[in-house]
Amino acid sequence: MLFIDYSSAFNTIISTKLRTLGLNTSICNWILDFLMGSPQAPAYHLVLEGILILWIIRLLFSKTYKLQERSDLTEKEKEDLIEEWQPEPLVPPMSKDHPSLNYDIVTGPPSHKIIVNGKECINFASFNFLGFLDNERVKQKALTSLRRYGVGTCGPRGFYGTFDVHLELEDRLAKFMKTEEAIIYSYGFATIASAIPAYSKRGDIVFVDEAACFSIQKGLQASRSFIKYFKHNDMEDLERLLKEQEIEDQRNPRKARVTRRFIIVEGLYINTADVCPLPDLVKLKYKYKVRIFLEESMSFGVLGEHGRGVTEHFGVNIDDIDLISANMENAVASIGGFCCGRSFVIDHQRLSGQGYCFSASLPPMLAAAAIEALNIMEEDPVVILIWFRFFIFMYDLVNKYFQIDSYSAVKSVIGEVYAPALHLQLERSSGSRDTDVRMLRSIVDYCLERQIALTLARYLDKEERFLPPPSIRVVVTIEQTEEDIEKAASCIREAALAILK
Amino acid sequence: MTESSANKPANGQVCHRVKNGVKPGRNGFIKNHHHYHHQQPMYCYPEDKVQHTACNGSSGLGLYSRPFIESFEETPMLVAVLTYMGYGILTIFGYLRDFLRDWKIERCHVAREREEQRDFVPLYQDFENFYTRNLYMRIRDSWNRPICSVPGAKVDLVERVSPDYNWTFDYTGKVVEGVINMGSYNYLGFAENTGYCADASAEVTMKYGVGVASTRQEMGNLDRHEEMEELVAKFLGVESAMAFGMGFATNSMNIPALTGKGCLILSDELNHASLVLGARLSGSTIRVFKHNNMQSLEKMLRDAIVHGQPRTHRPWKKILILVEGIYSMEGSIVRLPEVIALKKRYRAYLYLDEAHSIGALGPGGRGVVDYFGLDPRDVDVMMGTFTKSFGAAGGYIGGRKELLEYLRSHSHSAVYAASMSPPVVEQIIASMKCIMGEDGTTLGRDRVQQLAENTLYFRRRLTEMGFIIYGNSDSPVVPMMLYMPAKIGAFGREMLKRNIGVVVVGFPATPIIESRARFCISAAHTKDMLDTALSVISEVGDLLQVKYSRHERLPSLD
Repeated sequence: MLFIDYSSAFNTIISTKLRTLGLNTSICNWILDFLMGSPQAPAYHLVLEGILILWIIRLLFSKTYKLQERSDLTEKEKEDLIEEWQPEPLVPPMSKDHPSLNYDIVTGPPSHKIIVNGKECINFASFNFLGFLDNERVKQKALTSLRRYGVGTCGPRGFYGTFDVHLELEDRLAKFMKTEEAIIYSYGFATIASAIPAYSKRGDIVFVDEAACFSIQKGLQASRSFIKYFKHNDMEDLERLLKEQEIEDQRNPRKARVTRRFIIVEGLYINTADVCPLPDLVKLKYKYKVRIFLEESMSFGVLGEHGRGVTEHFGVNIDDIDLISANMENAVASIGGFCCGRSFVIDHQRLSGQGYCFSASLPPMLAAAAIEALNIMEEDPVVILIWFRFFIFMYDLVNKYFQIDSYSAVKSVIGEVYAPALHLQLERSSGSRDTDVRMLRSIVDYCLERQIALTLARYLDKEERFLPPPSIRVVVTIEQTEEDIEKAASCIREAALAILK
Repeated sequence: MTESSANKPANGQVCHRVKNGVKPGRNGFIKNHHHYHHQQPMYCYPEDKVQHTACNGSSGLGLYSRPFIESFEETPMLVAVLTYMGYGILTIFGYLRDFLRDWKIERCHVAREREEQRDFVPLYQDFENFYTRNLYMRIRDSWNRPICSVPGAKVDLVERVSPDYNWTFDYTGKVVEGVINMGSYNYLGFAENTGYCADASAEVTMKYGVGVASTRQEMGNLDRHEEMEELVAKFLGVESAMAFGMGFATNSMNIPALTGKGCLILSDELNHASLVLGARLSGSTIRVFKHNNMQSLEKMLRDAIVHGQPRTHRPWKKILILVEGIYSMEGSIVRLPEVIALKKRYRAYLYLDEAHSIGALGPGGRGVVDYFGLDPRDVDVMMGTFTKSFGAAGGYIGGRKELLEYLRSHSHSAVYAASMSPPVVEQIIASMKCIMGEDGTTLGRDRVQQLAENTLYFRRRLTEMGFIIYGNSDSPVVPMMLYMPAKIGAFGREMLKRNIGVVVVGFPATPIIESRARFCISAAHTKDMLDTALSVISEVGDLLQVKYSRHERLPSLD
């Protein structure tokens, strides 16, 4: 048997020839690794592998597919085509009175008392649930941090953009949520939208609630996985889909062994203001071996005795949820978002979460503000208890004004007592979305005149997978008094009666 | 202003063609207007010459108003071979250690799946983490170094040690003080905790708080936002502008609003992940042209228009070209005059990402458009970030009024994402006013000038020392080639030992054999700091033998 040491020979061939051929370096390297891995081999191997390499080279030269079909156009014809081609305008023309073109302008801080379009109002629109936005302690901490670190971070986490404050915040969030690890993002929207594609890849299957928010939808789109929507909060429908998948898996067990599957739900749905049935979901998780990702932007700091969200609310073991993500832009009233869970899951995002790796890190002063908000939440869980009183009060009020009263033309769609942001929809749609939106907008304007700041829930009509009906979103915060809420409720009712009749 | 931008779009081009008597060939236009030979920087270098100088208007037809010198020296053969061998050895050892871990001979530090979920489909494919486990983990200490001060010209690092070869880190509680910061994107030195910008920002913090808790379209459109956007538009010289809370999301959430199915996106092969993601989310067809290669771009434009969409041959609805001002890993500057000429000739739209170039280039710090002396109205979408030169956070888009009106109503960011934090907004306003000289001083302009001088000096000295430096001679991003995987970690550590903080990057951020160190020059760096850094780099360069360049020193620019 003949043994030839050809490792060095291939080195030169690969790096000179293949590289000048414009061959992808990673393929080059793979071939090289392959060769280097077995420096001694019998001759027939050499021949076989030589043929293989020649074949690879041939494959590289022959086009496997044609990007453009061949054409026999003359240069003149091509020039004419180029001259003739007229593109569409970069953006379609907009009508001046597009409902979302002109923003309301807030002068001064967007806190409890807010100046909207020059009129001082009570704020029923910002997600400042716990009132941390104008909390003196939070502001003071942010200021101290600003005086120490400046504003920007001038780099992503990897390249000198990790501050000790970031590490502290991650640590605090993990402790607060009672999980092993937490990771922070510099933008709330990017949190779940980056987390989903870090795990779910092409070929994987994701089961999603129809009411899932837009950032989940974008994350799913980026993941390129198979997406199966189940009816909102309908566990039977979900189980039907899971069963279908089980049958499919039995037919193709090989594929099933590598197909990851996920259920993605929101804790408290921003679009419908109701809570997901988490205990049922956990049962389904273990029955069908599906991982659960939970988006808690609305429920973090809101639900549960200590504000830990929907897991605490239902008493579900947090380790049963594979990943929890939330933004720090609502209850925490800072900027950014975080994911938490077991290190096995979370740590992966430090290299694979696009919004984490490729984006500048969160300004340290915003992280410091978030830490202080957590401090207050931990010191004083009563904050959240007091707030429940308001929910119940609001709930009763809304019932009194909009549901029991059949005379009213506005209905509320709060599914649960605890929803801090509830939607008011039209009882009967006029048939056209535009007219509905306009009518609701006049209710908002009417209330603005009477010092109640409300807002329409905004959606991108063409982009949403399941477009929710138009609604006014009313946000309850800890800073509102019972009189404020009473006033708002009666004002909305008045407006509805005046405008819809 | 160059001659070409003074010309009317279509007219000008026709004029050129006629004057030159060029037969309308495939690459005729480009070839005949630029007296240089373009080389693609990435893989092969057919000839050894590395300097491209665009013609300087001597023939009256040049698109460039200044020399355009960009160099990508060829990888020495021996180095390439050794680098591949290095990866080969690493891979073999990786397999060996995986084997040992499997047999529980070596302790495994990797976090494990929960017992209850062992029978689930594995969350990661084993191969996925091979690289992380066996290559990245060895040199993990070169990244994510925590800092505990302003990321200015000098920075304090939190000292950390690893008891188990980088699997975990312990913080010793000590601080490594006064590390010269060559890693942060602090181009104009606006990362400060005192002074005009910080004071303005502090005042707003106390008045507004840090959050907004709503979106721009709902209840989060503050007066400060509106003021900032007007200022940004003025700074860029465009009709209107809009700002977003995150630079990455500015790309990934706005490109989908501009193009869709039936549109074509032509994207530079080295574009940032956010542009790639945005293009992908838009649902348009994406084609990739070679980095900064105008022949490649023109060929794709021609083919696209001539052939239309695949199979159906319907004409494309629109074509959007995505380019960056400065490429952050190559240090190259986009050939904007040529891109604009092509875009006009073929009626494509141009999306220019100035993440690194805004503030850092041009006599007025107005980015790559200013650098080439072009008209910002020739760029359809001017995008950039506030993270770098302005020492803040977020991104912007500037352009024509119709474009911005459309984005205000259709941008994903405006509808669904929380608006920008008021103190951050204030930092942008203050630093931008400073650059524009609206604060009544010339401090901003001095910084821009200082950065340009620092850049030229630093690049010149490194080249003289015999390092291979990539990119444009005016780019404050200075990549220095290390090639071998072992040298990535060694360089980062040796530099830190000598109190210089640098960024080192390897695969997958770069092609596999082109690992490099990257220096970001700042206006805040003093000559002393740069000299210290340079002498240390030279010392470590000798120690690690990374002075690969085989060229005579490039002739001086002036």
